Amino acid sequence: MTATKATTERRPRRPVRRRGDRIFAGSAQGAGILILVILAGVAAFLVIESLPALTAPAEEIPGGEGVGAYVAPLLFGTLLAAVIALLVATPLAVAIALFVTHYAPRRLAAGLGYLVDLLAAIPSIVYGFWGIFWLAPKLVPFYRWLEENLGFVPLFAGPTSATGRTMLTAGLVLAVMILPIISAISREVFQQVPTLHREAALALGATRWEMIRMAVIPYGKSGVIGGAMLGLGRALGETLAIALVLSVSGGITLNLISSGNPSTVAANVALEFPESSGLDINTLIASGLALFLITFAVNMLARWIVNRRADFSGAN
Amino acid sequence: MTTQITPAPPATDGRTTPSPAQRPEGRLPRWVPGACFAAAAAVAVGLEAMGDFNIALAVLWTAVLGTLFVWVSSRLMEGPRKATDRLVTCLVGSAFGIAMVPLLSLVYEVTRRGIARFDLTFFTYSLYGIVGEGGGAYHALMGTLVITALTTLISVPIGLLTAIYLVEYGTGRLKRAITFLVDVMTGIPSIVAGLFAYALFALVLGPGIRLGFAGAVALSVLMIPVVVRSSEEVLKLVPNELREASLALGVPKWRTIVKVVVPTAIAGLGTGVTLAIARVVGETAPLLITVGITNATNLDPFAERMATLPVFAYYQLTQPGVPPEFAIDRAWTAALLLIMLVMGLNLVARLISRYFAPKTSR
Repeated sequence: MTATKATTERRPRRPVRRRGDRIFAGSAQGAGILILVILAGVAAFLVIESLPALTAPAEEIPGGEGVGAYVAPLLFGTLLAAVIALLVATPLAVAIALFVTHYAPRRLAAGLGYLVDLLAAIPSIVYGFWGIFWLAPKLVPFYRWLEENLGFVPLFAGPTSATGRTMLTAGLVLAVMILPIISAISREVFQQVPTLHREAALALGATRWEMIRMAVIPYGKSGVIGGAMLGLGRALGETLAIALVLSVSGGITLNLISSGNPSTVAANVALEFPESSGLDINTLIASGLALFLITFAVNMLARWIVNRRADFSGAN
Repeated sequence: MTTQITPAPPATDGRTTPSPAQRPEGRLPRWVPGACFAAAAAVAVGLEAMGDFNIALAVLWTAVLGTLFVWVSSRLMEGPRKATDRLVTCLVGSAFGIAMVPLLSLVYEVTRRGIARFDLTFFTYSLYGIVGEGGGAYHALMGTLVITALTTLISVPIGLLTAIYLVEYGTGRLKRAITFLVDVMTGIPSIVAGLFAYALFALVLGPGIRLGFAGAVALSVLMIPVVVRSSEEVLKLVPNELREASLALGVPKWRTIVKVVVPTAIAGLGTGVTLAIARVVGETAPLLITVGITNATNLDPFAERMATLPVFAYYQLTQPGVPPEFAIDRAWTAALLLIMLVMGLNLVARLISRYFAPKTSR
């Protein structure tokens, strides 16, 4: 079979290699290769521009203790905010995806899905505005309550920030921002659950929830994990929402509701870069390189998980 | 088998005595869940009315109590399996409700605060020589349009050609590598794209460079993968019969693509490009780094700093000057304008795909 297929494919191809074809195919392939070059270029230029900071003596780096000590609290803050966002957003997104695919009336489902997708369309800076002026003040009483009742947990030790611009607020804003990504991908996999699986479960007398637990969740699990990791990638790199919402004082702390928080890599670059020059810029670019490597790894892992399901075609 | 549905008398413990298997057809009347939530709302309002009334907490209590009531009554009358099912239904519905809170509050808040300066001055004046009241974002709006147009000019040809390569020509490892890396590239943080463009131009033109074109390059890094992904999906939908018919008539492959494949898919391509523009038009971080900000109108992306709408909003909010309220009003109006731009582009994309959908012969 394969042999005949190969020959029939090969034969007509040879005579039609005209000049227009060669140019067009060449430019299409060139564009594809250009993308690889751009990606390599991103890594290369970041490395080149961060080399001065990486090789400079430790005391010339801002903070005076070298690049590692400068970047560590930022990476900690980045991970902390992203983890909060992921913990909040993933269950919510899965529930929303289930609602849209299996609970909402058929006629409304597409529209409701679109409403959730609209959250992804709002620019990051607008989330920052909303976080400062709407969400943060509204959360202050809640934080007070947390401090009074759960103050013995190090996460809620306080003292409560008066503005509400805390790590937890930043994490919640991030959660809202990654919600549509996770829910869009979960929705996609949940919709692809074979009808026969679902009908078989229902025919055996399962309730809707039992059907979902037995047929939908096992089928969609890897897609949900992949979607959550894509959300994590976005949360790690989110810049301005955090730069605006988080009140920063540096230092590593697990206290989520006080006004002293570690910054994140991306937010720190946005805040410091416009007023920096010389070696400071190289240091910032070095921190950006660290962020690039982490998000690259997370995204690669996520794509690998999502793509492992052969019949699932990705983000849209 | 049509046993009468009698609510379990409160004296006998409904949870244990009749096993659920004995009355699988026990059903709550349709009005019960609604009644449960109504009762919960009444209790919640009552609770809140005792203290100082808080609408958010009242809604929260309604949802929690209503879910509890539904669960308990279902557990008593239908057995634990149905009760779990109803509980999950309530939870899943509430999750959707929770997701709507940020969307509605955000749109409401931005509209309320942004409408104050949504006037003609805002669209016709720059900030040149403005202290305090007045002034507008004409320079920033134009800057955003110029840079976005430039980004589109760079990204669409590269993205479209790559998609054509992937669908029509690509084979083997190169195709797989490009597909995979484009997917990964979608996840590059926007600030990293900005740092890349800065590093690139700083190496060529010297450090401290701020240039509209550098911003366009940074945005292209973000936009190209989006264009590739969406175009690829659309080109894959073009039926193979069309290609085969054209090739059978002796049309060269490249003309087949240009004259048959692309026109067939044009609506989907338009939708994809529009959505890609919507994605980059609100990007702030890369422009903050590569383009900077200025108060004057600069429409030349190859010289000096430019103002862009998101960066304008950022600086108006964070460095409002004295007195601050005028700049903060301008910041909100800029945010409102950004949302309108992005949602408008999303709407246009929807309309394109709706009105031209038959052409893709899905």
